[in-house]
Amino acid sequence: MSASVTVSLGQIAAAFLSLSLGAIGGANATLPELHRQMVTVLHLMDDQTFASLVALAQAAPGPNVIVMSLMGWHVAGPSGLAVATLSMIGPSSALAFASERALRRYSASGAVAILKKSLAPIAVGLMGASGLVLARAADRGVLTLALTGGMSLLCGLTRVNPLYGIAGGACAGLAGALFGFPL
Amino acid sequence: MAFFKIGVCGFGGVAGWVRPILVEERDWLSDREFAELHGAASVIPGANTVNLAVMLGDRFQGPAGSIAALCGLLLAPLAILIALASLFEHFGDLAAVKGALSGAAAATAGLVVGNAYKLLRALKSDILALAVAGATFASAGLLHLSLLTTLLLVVPGSLALFAAARRRRR
Repeated sequence: MSASVTVSLGQIAAAFLSLSLGAIGGANATLPELHRQMVTVLHLMDDQTFASLVALAQAAPGPNVIVMSLMGWHVAGPSGLAVATLSMIGPSSALAFASERALRRYSASGAVAILKKSLAPIAVGLMGASGLVLARAADRGVLTLALTGGMSLLCGLTRVNPLYGIAGGACAGLAGALFGFPL
Repeated sequence: MAFFKIGVCGFGGVAGWVRPILVEERDWLSDREFAELHGAASVIPGANTVNLAVMLGDRFQGPAGSIAALCGLLLAPLAILIALASLFEHFGDLAAVKGALSGAAAATAGLVVGNAYKLLRALKSDILALAVAGATFASAGLLHLSLLTTLLLVVPGSLALFAAARRRRR
């Protein structure tokens, strides 16, 4: 924890409040902007610290938005964590709540039916694109490609609990590292 | 709440877990309903899964449901993350740990691809929807356009297509 950096909780809140409403497309889409705020504007950490915090949050279970919480914790401890998390999810959650209410109230109207129909395939396309981006990021050679491909088939064609596949992937990676084929 | 499980299971991002748990395990939504709600949650700013938790919580239990879903989604991962952050300083450089994480990340990518395929199947009778999904995928996945650009391109296009299709049917 970098105690030498003094930053007010108000500054953290301001940074994450702006990220919250700008985060169209999920937490990962905001990483460039998060980097700009944390490293370039506020000078709260260097590039390498930023990268390792992101990697850690990706590896941990949970939604990717917890990378924001981790940044807050790194900068200002528990209060930083609380402020960053609440600033990040507060505004967007309020908006989501209001939108869902509005969608339900007017669900009988034709316009909302069209809206929902048009957004659904976009979500499907985005999910496919994230799959591709994740696969590229995870690509360390033949073994990782095989894991991604095998898991795609397993989850696309069966209803097997995905945890088995993820655990299998972790074991394969572990075995690879132990027997001299590091991923 | 199921969101607790989603939170705990979501290694490398929860995107892949939400659909299997909500649709296959709990049977709370059909694939089609899930795609619609997920579409709305993706277009609204903020983390998609967080938005989805808020929306679904309210649909079933009102504001209290939203808060319960949020807590379920976030509390356990935050606790685990802080613990990991402390451990990471000691063990982060071990090759075995890195290997295991890379393997899990590769499998997670496959999980997301598999989910996208299943959602695509739910749309298969609808040529318009397939076209929009394809265009979105090409823009965000193949051309690497920013998300904002992608949405600015496909949302108006999709709205216009579906509105026109509806008018023709009448």
